[in-house]
Amino acid sequence: MSTHAPSHEDAFEAHHGHSHGHEAGHGTFKSYVTGFVLSVILTAIPFWLVMADVLESPVLTAVIIMALGAIQIVVHMIFFLHMNTRSEGGWTMMALIFTIVLVAIALSGSLWVMHHLDENMMPMSPEMMKNMP
Amino acid sequence: MTELHADQALQEGKAPTFYLEEEHHPEGSTMLGFWLYLMSDCLIFAVLFATHAVVGRNYAAGPSPADLFDLPLVAVNTSMLLFSSITYGFAMLEMEKAKKNTTLVWMAVTALFGIAFVGLELYEFAHMIHEGAGPQRSAFLSSFFTLVGTHGLHVTSGIIWMFVLMAQVAKRGLILENKRRLMCLSMFWHFLDVVWIGVFSFVYLMGVLG
Repeated sequence: MSTHAPSHEDAFEAHHGHSHGHEAGHGTFKSYVTGFVLSVILTAIPFWLVMADVLESPVLTAVIIMALGAIQIVVHMIFFLHMNTRSEGGWTMMALIFTIVLVAIALSGSLWVMHHLDENMMPMSPEMMKNMP
Repeated sequence: MTELHADQALQEGKAPTFYLEEEHHPEGSTMLGFWLYLMSDCLIFAVLFATHAVVGRNYAAGPSPADLFDLPLVAVNTSMLLFSSITYGFAMLEMEKAKKNTTLVWMAVTALFGIAFVGLELYEFAHMIHEGAGPQRSAFLSSFFTLVGTHGLHVTSGIIWMFVLMAQVAKRGLILENKRRLMCLSMFWHFLDVVWIGVFSFVYLMGVLG
Protein backbone atom coordinates (compact mmCIF):
# COMPACT_ATOMS: atom_id res chain seq x y z
CA MET A 1 0.00 0.00 0.00
CA SER A 2 2.67 2.48 1.08
CA THR A 3 4.88 1.61 -1.88
CA HIS A 4 1.98 2.01 -4.23
CA ALA A 5 0.81 5.36 -2.93
CA PRO A 6 3.66 7.59 -4.20
CA SER A 7 3.36 6.33 -7.75
CA HIS A 8 -0.36 7.00 -7.60
CA GLU A 9 0.33 10.52 -6.37
CA ASP A 10 2.85 11.09 -9.14
CA ALA A 11 0.38 9.86 -11.69
CA PHE A 12 -2.23 12.20 -10.25
CA GLU A 13 0.12 15.18 -10.38
CA ALA A 14 1.16 14.38 -13.92
CA HIS A 15 -2.43 13.89 -14.94
CA HIS A 16 -3.44 17.12 -13.30
CA GLY A 17 -0.59 19.12 -14.78
CA HIS A 18 -1.55 17.80 -18.15
CA SER A 19 -5.26 18.48 -17.92
CA HIS A 20 -4.86 21.96 -16.49
CA GLY A 21 -3.46 23.21 -19.75
CA HIS A 22 -6.61 22.12 -21.52
CA GLU A 23 -8.92 23.79 -19.02
CA ALA A 24 -11.41 26.23 -20.51
CA GLY A 25 -10.26 29.83 -20.67
CA HIS A 26 -10.53 31.87 -17.48
CA GLY A 27 -10.66 35.19 -19.25
CA THR A 28 -8.26 38.08 -19.08
CA PHE A 29 -8.46 41.55 -17.58
CA LYS A 30 -9.33 42.86 -21.03
CA SER A 31 -12.15 40.36 -21.60
CA TYR A 32 -13.71 41.08 -18.19
CA VAL A 33 -13.57 44.85 -18.76
CA THR A 34 -14.98 44.46 -22.30
CA GLY A 35 -17.84 42.38 -20.94
CA PHE A 36 -18.48 44.89 -18.18
CA VAL A 37 -18.54 47.93 -20.49
CA LEU A 38 -20.88 46.13 -22.92
CA SER A 39 -23.16 45.12 -20.03
CA VAL A 40 -23.31 48.68 -18.68
CA ILE A 41 -24.30 49.99 -22.12
CA LEU A 42 -26.84 47.19 -22.66
CA THR A 43 -28.34 47.84 -19.20
CA ALA A 44 -28.37 51.63 -19.47
CA ILE A 45 -30.24 51.75 -22.81
CA PRO A 46 -33.41 49.86 -21.71
CA PHE A 47 -33.58 51.75 -18.39
CA TRP A 48 -33.21 55.05 -20.24
CA LEU A 49 -35.88 54.04 -22.79
CA VAL A 50 -38.42 53.34 -20.03
CA MET A 51 -37.49 56.00 -17.48
CA ALA A 52 -37.23 58.89 -19.95
CA ASP A 53 -40.21 57.58 -21.96
CA VAL A 54 -38.26 57.99 -25.19
CA LEU A 55 -40.30 56.04 -27.71
CA GLU A 56 -43.96 56.60 -28.56
CA SER A 57 -44.83 52.94 -29.06
CA PRO A 58 -44.72 50.69 -25.98
CA VAL A 59 -44.62 47.61 -28.22
CA LEU A 60 -41.45 48.80 -29.95
CA THR A 61 -39.90 49.65 -26.56
CA ALA A 62 -40.78 46.16 -25.26
CA VAL A 63 -39.23 44.51 -28.33
CA ILE A 64 -36.03 46.56 -27.91
CA ILE A 65 -35.85 45.76 -24.17
CA MET A 66 -36.15 42.02 -24.78
CA ALA A 67 -33.68 42.12 -27.68
CA LEU A 68 -31.08 44.03 -25.63
CA GLY A 69 -31.68 41.65 -22.70
CA ALA A 70 -31.03 38.66 -24.95
CA ILE A 71 -27.83 40.28 -26.29
CA GLN A 72 -26.67 41.03 -22.75
CA ILE A 73 -27.23 37.40 -21.72
CA VAL A 74 -25.01 36.31 -24.61
CA VAL A 75 -22.38 38.91 -23.58
CA HIS A 76 -22.37 37.55 -20.01
CA MET A 77 -22.14 33.96 -21.28
CA ILE A 78 -19.10 34.76 -23.41
CA PHE A 79 -17.15 37.28 -21.29
CA PHE A 80 -18.04 36.23 -17.72
CA LEU A 81 -18.97 32.53 -17.94
CA HIS A 82 -16.39 31.91 -20.72
CA MET A 83 -18.75 29.75 -22.74
CA ASN A 84 -17.35 28.28 -25.90
CA THR A 85 -17.96 25.22 -28.02
CA ARG A 86 -14.69 23.56 -26.92
CA SER A 87 -14.86 23.46 -23.10
CA GLU A 88 -15.47 19.97 -21.61
CA GLY A 89 -15.44 18.55 -25.11
CA GLY A 90 -18.50 20.54 -26.09
CA TRP A 91 -20.72 19.10 -23.35
CA THR A 92 -21.35 22.44 -21.62
CA MET A 93 -22.60 23.84 -24.91
CA MET A 94 -24.79 20.75 -25.43
CA ALA A 95 -26.28 21.15 -21.95
CA LEU A 96 -26.86 24.84 -22.62
CA ILE A 97 -28.61 24.21 -25.95
CA PHE A 98 -30.76 21.50 -24.35
CA THR A 99 -31.73 23.90 -21.56
CA ILE A 100 -32.55 26.68 -24.02
CA VAL A 101 -34.84 24.28 -25.92
CA LEU A 102 -36.60 23.25 -22.68
CA VAL A 103 -36.95 26.88 -21.55
CA ALA A 104 -38.36 27.87 -24.94
CA ILE A 105 -40.90 25.04 -24.81
CA ALA A 106 -41.90 25.86 -21.21
CA LEU A 107 -42.27 29.60 -21.83
CA SER A 108 -43.98 29.56 -25.23
CA GLY A 109 -46.10 26.54 -24.29
CA SER A 110 -47.35 28.14 -21.08
CA LEU A 111 -48.22 31.40 -22.81
CA TRP A 112 -49.87 29.63 -25.73
CA VAL A 113 -52.01 27.31 -23.62
CA MET A 114 -52.98 29.98 -21.10
CA HIS A 115 -53.84 32.49 -23.83
CA HIS A 116 -56.25 30.03 -25.48
CA LEU A 117 -57.71 29.04 -22.13
CA ASP A 118 -58.34 32.71 -21.41
CA GLU A 119 -59.95 33.25 -24.82
CA ASN A 120 -62.27 30.28 -24.47
CA MET A 121 -63.45 31.11 -20.98
CA MET A 122 -67.06 32.17 -20.57
CA PRO A 123 -67.23 35.96 -20.44
CA MET A 124 -67.74 37.15 -16.89
CA SER A 125 -69.62 40.20 -15.71
CA PRO A 126 -68.40 42.20 -12.69
CA GLU A 127 -71.37 40.83 -10.67
CA MET A 128 -70.39 37.24 -11.40
CA MET A 129 -66.79 38.09 -10.51
CA LYS A 130 -67.95 39.50 -7.17
CA ASN A 131 -69.94 36.37 -6.31
CA MET A 132 -67.10 34.05 -7.21
CA PRO A 133 -66.12 31.56 -4.49
CA MET B 1 -8.69 3.22 7.75
CA THR B 2 -9.81 6.19 9.82
CA GLU B 3 -11.41 3.89 12.41
CA LEU B 4 -8.25 1.83 12.63
CA HIS B 5 -6.14 4.84 13.54
CA ALA B 6 -8.72 6.01 16.04
CA ASP B 7 -9.00 2.55 17.65
CA GLN B 8 -5.26 2.22 18.00
CA ALA B 9 -5.01 5.62 19.60
CA LEU B 10 -7.84 4.81 22.01
CA GLN B 11 -6.19 1.55 23.07
CA GLU B 12 -2.95 3.38 23.70
CA GLY B 13 -4.83 5.94 25.76
CA LYS B 14 -3.95 8.86 23.51
CA ALA B 15 -6.20 11.36 21.87
CA PRO B 16 -7.28 9.86 18.55
CA THR B 17 -6.08 11.48 15.36
CA PHE B 18 -8.49 11.33 12.51
CA TYR B 19 -7.32 11.22 8.95
CA LEU B 20 -9.63 12.54 6.33
CA GLU B 21 -8.53 10.87 3.17
CA GLU B 22 -10.21 12.55 0.27
CA GLU B 23 -10.79 10.54 -2.83
CA HIS B 24 -8.88 11.69 -5.86
CA HIS B 25 -11.10 14.10 -7.67
CA PRO B 26 -10.99 13.61 -11.43
CA GLU B 27 -10.11 16.96 -12.93
CA GLY B 28 -12.66 18.53 -15.23
CA SER B 29 -15.77 16.66 -14.16
CA THR B 30 -16.67 19.15 -11.41
CA MET B 31 -17.06 22.08 -13.76
CA LEU B 32 -19.34 20.11 -16.08
CA GLY B 33 -21.36 18.81 -13.13
CA PHE B 34 -21.73 22.28 -11.70
CA TRP B 35 -22.76 23.60 -15.10
CA LEU B 36 -25.47 20.91 -15.26
CA TYR B 37 -26.68 22.02 -11.81
CA LEU B 38 -26.83 25.62 -13.07
CA MET B 39 -28.84 24.50 -16.08
CA SER B 40 -31.35 22.73 -13.80
CA ASP B 41 -31.50 25.90 -11.70
CA CYS B 42 -32.17 27.74 -14.94
CA LEU B 43 -35.26 25.54 -15.41
CA ILE B 44 -36.56 26.57 -11.97
CA PHE B 45 -36.26 30.21 -12.99
CA ALA B 46 -37.83 29.45 -16.38
CA VAL B 47 -40.90 28.03 -14.64
CA LEU B 48 -41.14 31.10 -12.38
CA PHE B 49 -40.73 33.40 -15.40
CA ALA B 50 -43.45 31.47 -17.25
CA THR B 51 -45.76 31.83 -14.24
CA HIS B 52 -45.09 35.55 -14.11
CA ALA B 53 -45.70 35.83 -17.85
CA VAL B 54 -49.11 34.16 -17.41
CA VAL B 55 -50.39 35.92 -14.27
CA GLY B 56 -48.22 39.06 -14.29
CA ARG B 57 -51.10 41.23 -15.51
CA ASN B 58 -53.70 39.98 -13.04
CA TYR B 59 -53.74 42.80 -10.52
CA ALA B 60 -57.07 41.88 -8.81
CA ALA B 61 -57.92 45.61 -8.79
CA GLY B 62 -54.74 46.13 -6.77
CA PRO B 63 -51.58 48.11 -7.52
CA SER B 64 -49.89 47.68 -10.90
CA PRO B 65 -46.12 47.61 -11.56
CA ALA B 66 -46.24 51.29 -12.59
CA ASP B 67 -47.66 52.16 -9.14
CA LEU B 68 -45.20 50.02 -7.21
CA PHE B 69 -41.82 49.82 -8.90
CA ASP B 70 -39.21 52.45 -8.17
CA LEU B 71 -37.05 52.23 -11.30
CA PRO B 72 -34.11 54.35 -10.02
CA LEU B 73 -33.84 51.92 -7.09
CA VAL B 74 -33.92 48.95 -9.48
CA ALA B 75 -31.23 50.63 -11.61
CA VAL B 76 -28.99 51.04 -8.54
CA ASN B 77 -29.69 47.42 -7.61
CA THR B 78 -28.80 46.23 -11.09
CA SER B 79 -25.53 48.17 -11.03
CA MET B 80 -24.67 46.57 -7.64
CA LEU B 81 -24.95 43.11 -9.19
CA LEU B 82 -23.05 44.19 -12.31
CA PHE B 83 -20.21 45.65 -10.23
CA SER B 84 -20.08 42.48 -8.13
CA SER B 85 -19.72 40.45 -11.35
CA ILE B 86 -16.63 42.33 -12.49
CA THR B 87 -15.07 42.41 -9.00
CA TYR B 88 -15.47 38.63 -8.82
CA GLY B 89 -13.82 38.49 -12.24
CA PHE B 90 -10.89 40.44 -10.76
CA ALA B 91 -10.76 37.98 -7.84
CA MET B 92 -10.48 35.13 -10.37
CA LEU B 93 -7.68 36.94 -12.23
CA GLU B 94 -5.78 37.41 -8.95
CA MET B 95 -6.36 33.73 -8.18
CA GLU B 96 -4.77 32.85 -11.53
CA LYS B 97 -1.73 34.91 -10.51
CA ALA B 98 -1.69 33.00 -7.17
CA LYS B 99 -2.02 36.23 -5.16
CA LYS B 100 -3.91 35.21 -2.03
CA ASN B 101 -4.42 38.59 -0.35
CA THR B 102 -5.70 40.50 -3.37
CA THR B 103 -8.01 37.56 -4.18
CA LEU B 104 -9.47 37.87 -0.69
CA VAL B 105 -9.84 41.66 -1.05
CA TRP B 106 -11.74 41.34 -4.33
CA MET B 107 -13.92 38.59 -2.84
CA ALA B 108 -14.73 40.87 0.10
CA VAL B 109 -15.64 43.70 -2.30
CA THR B 110 -17.86 41.28 -4.25
CA ALA B 111 -19.56 40.16 -1.03
CA LEU B 112 -20.20 43.80 -0.07
CA PHE B 113 -21.84 44.51 -3.43
CA GLY B 114 -23.90 41.34 -2.96
CA ILE B 115 -24.97 42.44 0.52
CA ALA B 116 -25.91 45.88 -0.86
CA PHE B 117 -28.01 44.17 -3.52
CA VAL B 118 -29.87 41.95 -1.05
CA GLY B 119 -30.27 44.90 1.35
CA LEU B 120 -31.85 47.10 -1.32
CA GLU B 121 -34.12 44.26 -2.39
CA LEU B 122 -35.26 43.64 1.19
CA TYR B 123 -35.90 47.38 1.58
CA GLU B 124 -38.02 47.31 -1.59
CA PHE B 125 -39.96 44.26 -0.36
CA ALA B 126 -40.53 45.79 3.08
CA HIS B 127 -41.73 49.02 1.48
CA MET B 128 -44.18 47.16 -0.78
CA ILE B 129 -45.54 44.98 2.03
CA HIS B 130 -45.90 48.08 4.23
CA GLU B 131 -48.00 49.68 1.49
CA GLY B 132 -50.30 46.66 1.50
CA ALA B 133 -48.82 45.18 -1.68
CA GLY B 134 -47.66 41.90 -0.15
CA PRO B 135 -47.56 38.55 -1.97
CA GLN B 136 -51.16 37.77 -0.97
CA ARG B 137 -52.59 40.91 -2.64
CA SER B 138 -52.83 39.66 -6.23
CA ALA B 139 -51.60 36.96 -8.61
CA PHE B 140 -49.16 39.48 -10.06
CA LEU B 141 -47.64 40.16 -6.63
CA SER B 142 -47.54 36.45 -5.71
CA SER B 143 -45.54 35.59 -8.80
CA PHE B 144 -43.40 38.74 -8.42
CA PHE B 145 -42.38 37.91 -4.86
CA THR B 146 -41.75 34.25 -5.73
CA LEU B 147 -39.56 35.03 -8.75
CA VAL B 148 -37.59 37.95 -7.32
CA GLY B 149 -37.45 36.33 -3.87
CA THR B 150 -36.03 33.09 -5.29
CA HIS B 151 -33.32 35.09 -7.04
CA GLY B 152 -32.61 37.00 -3.82
CA LEU B 153 -32.31 33.72 -1.90
CA HIS B 154 -29.80 32.49 -4.47
CA VAL B 155 -27.74 35.67 -4.06
CA THR B 156 -27.90 35.26 -0.26
CA SER B 157 -26.59 31.68 -0.53
CA GLY B 158 -23.89 32.98 -2.86
CA ILE B 159 -22.81 35.52 -0.23
CA ILE B 160 -22.68 32.84 2.49
CA TRP B 161 -20.66 30.62 0.13
CA MET B 162 -18.36 33.58 -0.55
CA PHE B 163 -17.60 34.04 3.18
CA VAL B 164 -17.03 30.29 3.64
CA LEU B 165 -14.59 30.28 0.73
CA MET B 166 -12.85 33.41 2.03
CA ALA B 167 -12.25 31.60 5.32
CA GLN B 168 -10.95 28.53 3.49
CA VAL B 169 -8.64 30.54 1.24
CA ALA B 170 -7.37 32.54 4.24
CA LYS B 171 -6.64 29.32 6.14
CA ARG B 172 -5.39 26.98 3.40
CA GLY B 173 -4.30 29.37 0.67
CA LEU B 174 -4.97 29.01 -3.04
CA ILE B 175 -4.64 25.23 -3.19
CA LEU B 176 -6.12 23.16 -5.99
CA GLU B 177 -9.33 22.38 -4.09
CA ASN B 178 -9.94 26.03 -3.25
CA LYS B 179 -9.33 27.05 -6.84
CA ARG B 180 -11.93 24.53 -7.97
CA ARG B 181 -14.40 25.88 -5.41
CA LEU B 182 -13.68 29.47 -6.44
CA MET B 183 -14.39 28.56 -10.06
CA CYS B 184 -17.72 26.97 -9.10
CA LEU B 185 -18.73 30.07 -7.17
CA SER B 186 -17.63 32.18 -10.13
CA MET B 187 -20.04 30.30 -12.39
CA PHE B 188 -22.81 30.53 -9.78
CA TRP B 189 -22.31 34.26 -9.27
CA HIS B 190 -22.22 35.15 -12.97
CA PHE B 191 -25.21 32.88 -13.58
CA LEU B 192 -27.23 34.86 -11.01
CA ASP B 193 -26.33 38.04 -12.87
CA VAL B 194 -27.63 36.44 -16.08
CA VAL B 195 -30.94 35.62 -14.36
CA TRP B 196 -31.14 39.19 -13.06
CA ILE B 197 -30.95 40.47 -16.67
CA GLY B 198 -34.18 38.57 -17.28
CA VAL B 199 -35.72 39.93 -14.07
CA PHE B 200 -35.05 43.61 -14.65
CA SER B 201 -35.92 43.43 -18.36
CA PHE B 202 -39.03 41.31 -18.14
CA VAL B 203 -40.45 41.97 -14.67
CA TYR B 204 -39.50 45.56 -13.91
CA LEU B 205 -39.10 47.37 -17.24
CA MET B 206 -41.80 45.51 -19.17
CA GLY B 207 -44.04 45.70 -16.09
CA VAL B 208 -43.77 49.49 -15.83
CA LEU B 209 -44.28 49.72 -19.59
CA GLY B 210 -47.73 48.12 -19.05
